[in-house]
Amino acid sequence: MREYASPKLFYPLAGRLIPWLAAITAILMAWGLYLGLFDSPPDYQQGESVRIMYVHVPSAWMSMFVYVSMAAAGGAALVWKTKVSEMAASASAPIGASFTLLALVTGSLWGKPMWGTYWAWDARMTSELILFFLYLGYMALEASIDDPRRAARATAVLALVGVVNIPIIHFSVDWWNTLHQPASIGALNRLGKPTIAPSMLHPLLLMGLAYTFFYFTMLLVRIRNQILVRERNATWLAEALKEGR
Amino acid sequence: MNWVKFFHMGGYAVFVWPSYGLSAVVLALNVILPLRERKRLLRGHNPGKHKSGRDSS
Repeated sequence: MREYASPKLFYPLAGRLIPWLAAITAILMAWGLYLGLFDSPPDYQQGESVRIMYVHVPSAWMSMFVYVSMAAAGGAALVWKTKVSEMAASASAPIGASFTLLALVTGSLWGKPMWGTYWAWDARMTSELILFFLYLGYMALEASIDDPRRAARATAVLALVGVVNIPIIHFSVDWWNTLHQPASIGALNRLGKPTIAPSMLHPLLLMGLAYTFFYFTMLLVRIRNQILVRERNATWLAEALKEGR
Repeated sequence: MNWVKFFHMGGYAVFVWPSYGLSAVVLALNVILPLRERKRLLRGHNPGKHKSGRDSS
């Protein structure tokens, strides 16, 4: 397994995987959007505005998932000094920042009609905003260091320290009295039944999976770009490109 | 399918469609920018051509 952490093996392997991951992403997203926009009912309290959930909640999930992956890849790079782990951490940052921005803005657009305000400084929203700044700080720190190996070490430390924010985001709705509602997924009502209807759960899970596959697809594309930069003088890369891989 | 009713979103159109629209734009940029970067990088790898000296990541 570790040998795939070498750019030489990773580059062609990722190249073979990308079309499949992209196709799965497209199918999941088309299916999820169809169910979310056409085949799921309006909420009895929120009306049609509940459809924002199908783009908001997956973005919020991914904002945290990508962060943890980024910190884990950074940690692996610190321990094993594997180049591909360094690249995976670095390539995750802009994708994670994008998901975090989407979670914040779509949440704001959902908050206005439901809570009467675009923004409140409650624990969930504030910790998610801090997550956004962690991503921006990560990218700024990376851009400020010329040597990619040194940049990888510094940013990995930042990412690992910032992980402390993830449980705060996740549990904020339980620990504090937030305007933001607690999670519906996995929650059971007094009768022990799930509190979210299957007709809403299915598009939500499909969109969540679609976003996850989207992340992995674009992560591989971005890692390959970094290999093209960092290994530009390697003979194996010149040969791989000549063979059109 | 009543499209007028669909786009009206029960009066929440101004919140629902910007949410979907912005999501589409941000995800599209996340596809377009790395692919454009790849094209640019591959041009720099043209066989027989020396690297242009540009070194951005």
